[in-house]
Amino acid sequence: MQIQPIVAALRHHKAGTVLIALQIALTLAIVCNALFIIHQRVAHLSEPTGVDEANLFVIVNQWADQSSGEQIDAQMQADLAALRQLPAVRDATASNAYPLLGGGWDDLIMMKPDQVQKTTDASVYFGDQHFIDTLGVKLIAGRNFRADEIAPMKPRDSSTPPVVIVTKALADKLYPDGSALGKSFYAMSATPTTIIGIVARMQRAEVDTWSRDYAYQALIWPRRMDSSFGTFYIVRAKPGELAAAMHEAPKALYAQSRLRIIDPKDGVLSFAEIRHRAYDSDRGTAILMGIICAVLLVITGAGIIGLTSFWVGQRRKQIGIRRALGATRRDILRYFQTENLLIAGAGVALGAVLAVGLNLWMMQQLAMDRMPLLYVLAGVVALLLLGQGAVFAPARRASRVSPVEATRSV
Amino acid sequence: MLAYYLDLALRSLKRNPALTALMVVAIGFGVAASMITYSVFRAVSGNPIPDKSAQLFTPQIDSWGPQQSFNGDGEPPQALDYTDAMALMHAHAAKRQTLIYPVQLSVMPSGNRSLPISASGYAVYGDFFPMFEVPFRYGNGWNAKQDDGRAALVVLSEEFNQKLFGGVNSVGREVTLGGHQYRIVGVTRRWNPVPRFYDLFGSSGFEEPADFYLPFTRALDLQIPTNGNNSCRGKISMNGWDSWLRSNCVWVTPWVELDNAAGVARYRNFLEGYSADQQRAGRFNWAPNVRLRDVMRWMTYMHVVPPESRISLMVSLGFFLICLVNTVGLLLAKFMRRAGEIGVRRALGASRREIYMQFLIEAGTVGLAGGLLGLLLTAAGVSGVGLLFRPEIARLAHVDLSLVALTLAVAISATVIAAFYPSWRAAHVQPAWHLRSN
Repeated sequence: MQIQPIVAALRHHKAGTVLIALQIALTLAIVCNALFIIHQRVAHLSEPTGVDEANLFVIVNQWADQSSGEQIDAQMQADLAALRQLPAVRDATASNAYPLLGGGWDDLIMMKPDQVQKTTDASVYFGDQHFIDTLGVKLIAGRNFRADEIAPMKPRDSSTPPVVIVTKALADKLYPDGSALGKSFYAMSATPTTIIGIVARMQRAEVDTWSRDYAYQALIWPRRMDSSFGTFYIVRAKPGELAAAMHEAPKALYAQSRLRIIDPKDGVLSFAEIRHRAYDSDRGTAILMGIICAVLLVITGAGIIGLTSFWVGQRRKQIGIRRALGATRRDILRYFQTENLLIAGAGVALGAVLAVGLNLWMMQQLAMDRMPLLYVLAGVVALLLLGQGAVFAPARRASRVSPVEATRSV
Repeated sequence: MLAYYLDLALRSLKRNPALTALMVVAIGFGVAASMITYSVFRAVSGNPIPDKSAQLFTPQIDSWGPQQSFNGDGEPPQALDYTDAMALMHAHAAKRQTLIYPVQLSVMPSGNRSLPISASGYAVYGDFFPMFEVPFRYGNGWNAKQDDGRAALVVLSEEFNQKLFGGVNSVGREVTLGGHQYRIVGVTRRWNPVPRFYDLFGSSGFEEPADFYLPFTRALDLQIPTNGNNSCRGKISMNGWDSWLRSNCVWVTPWVELDNAAGVARYRNFLEGYSADQQRAGRFNWAPNVRLRDVMRWMTYMHVVPPESRISLMVSLGFFLICLVNTVGLLLAKFMRRAGEIGVRRALGASRREIYMQFLIEAGTVGLAGGLLGLLLTAAGVSGVGLLFRPEIARLAHVDLSLVALTLAVAISATVIAAFYPSWRAAHVQPAWHLRSN
């Protein structure tokens, strides 16, 4: 197949050629970046939390009366005992936060008492000796809290507990050589805290963009926080009994005391619901990008079909002459396929530059990450295939033009 | 003539239904995607208080020092600690000023409610109401004397007054919030500036409307903790309310009203002077580092517009652009296919201008059809926008008259603009070439 005659013919369709190439280029730029955004969002929303999501739920419990810290602490212990006694419940704990809460308490971590700038940042959970079992996180080194280490903590009290359990991510960040167990750090206090246990993996309460550098870095203080606001009761149902446990638990709490507020709408949240809420903007963005990509590819494909059909209609006579002069059907088919490949080739070349440019612009304006070139490559292949697929029907129609056309009305 | 061109356009469009449909669908989808994402974007990026946004400022004072800045960028904290907040309030250096922090309180059962409910509001100074132009249905806010008197007063929102008192004029009545009694002095009309520019420290700016407003001074007396962010630096040692107030923890949002540039300059000087005093007194070990941002600058700085909204709008506009390029190509093909017809019309005396008109009207018809399809898709998309955005943001998107008009205007004008080049080509067809052999 000679390319030169094709190029020569395209010169007669400059505008059409440029428009198809431009459309392919813009499509490539948008589709690559959209796919990259989809990939990032999906990767983010499918990050594991490390907890037993299938059986967990959370009760958002607010206190209605103005009790003293001691009264709140007693009520919390009674509530927890009642929850743990429910037949459908495996274990329960009280905390200030839970993974994917979307906000919460963070401590800056220092290695030395006189350090000014932080070493890193950790998501803070308060928990008793039931915390690890309730969340279903795996203790991989050291030990759990003992009952005598758990103490109530008043609001706005900064005393730091002497012992702490940390996630592996935090342990590795502080002691990259793997020697964290038994070592200590300073969590915004003058007194050190000793790491007595390490859990395999547990997601932070906050998974927003700013906390990406601190992913999975969390610590558990052996404390019950007597906040006048309320507390989160985290409950782990026995396998298969989540629905029953979610139904029983608020009743059990109200049986303990009615002076509490559990929102009827979203006061009891299954972990599936928590996950759904935590990532709703990621999911939404991915869906929107997916729809736009799909419609865009369809429209670009249809546009190619439309323009090529027009060209075929316009050139019936020339095709007839070529056929009369001995060109086979396959030659005609090849002609249009090659023509499309040339246009699409120019389009993707420009599009690749635009795609990278758009990504750079979004990195600057919207704090996006750098897009791996693999996306551009995949987009190039996809659009070349789309072009070939779109051109096939009109090209085949062209190849069926009869040589007799050559003799008509010349 | 117009009617004739319209007739020609419809005939021509009917001749290639597939091509016409493709153009209409492309424009419809393109404009719908842009309008759906724009309906969200305009809600989250709008000016929440248009007539006063240039007179309201939030002062920032660096009480942490350059080494401990929020994002390591040398910016002062996004809120004030108690010490600085009180100093600003007592200095009275602005025309009006308020401190704000969010609170959440319980409301005990009464009437037909058997269980307590939770209510959220703000602890503010009396200036809050005139500063932010809060509209009142009944009664009023409170004055500076009542602030100083640490009075147990409260202003309810219209919605909350509806919930507690069935919407009647409740001014003068007592209400118990968080176990303490307050006398109702006012009930606001529905008032919920979006984004809620005055409370962005630890809040997205798109929360449910507030239920009540109570005096800041009273809230402090009752030791009502903040329901918003509380951010501290360095080694913290505190053991209760008073030591928390003395700590470097920031949690109070200040707002001041300044009438003109001179007032702004004066206030900035005051902030610098205050910081310099603190440095001299040894409380700050660094040079004064203050900011004074107005409403729009503050919202930009706090990144109120969710990144996903911006990205979606950008990508949708890119998508629309491609749809238009597609339309240019298809119109070109469509128009040039009729070169013979154009040749005949030109030979019979039609001017280029008339050919131009004919094809632009044809394009306008396509644009109108695309716009109508786009309108349907936009309406469907806006009602399904909950799939794409967080619920608190999705509920802000709505179709109104301006969006309908914009959708149609954008669709028609974009299509007509796209048709300029193809029409120009059509108008420049050489009649002689096309009169042969046809």
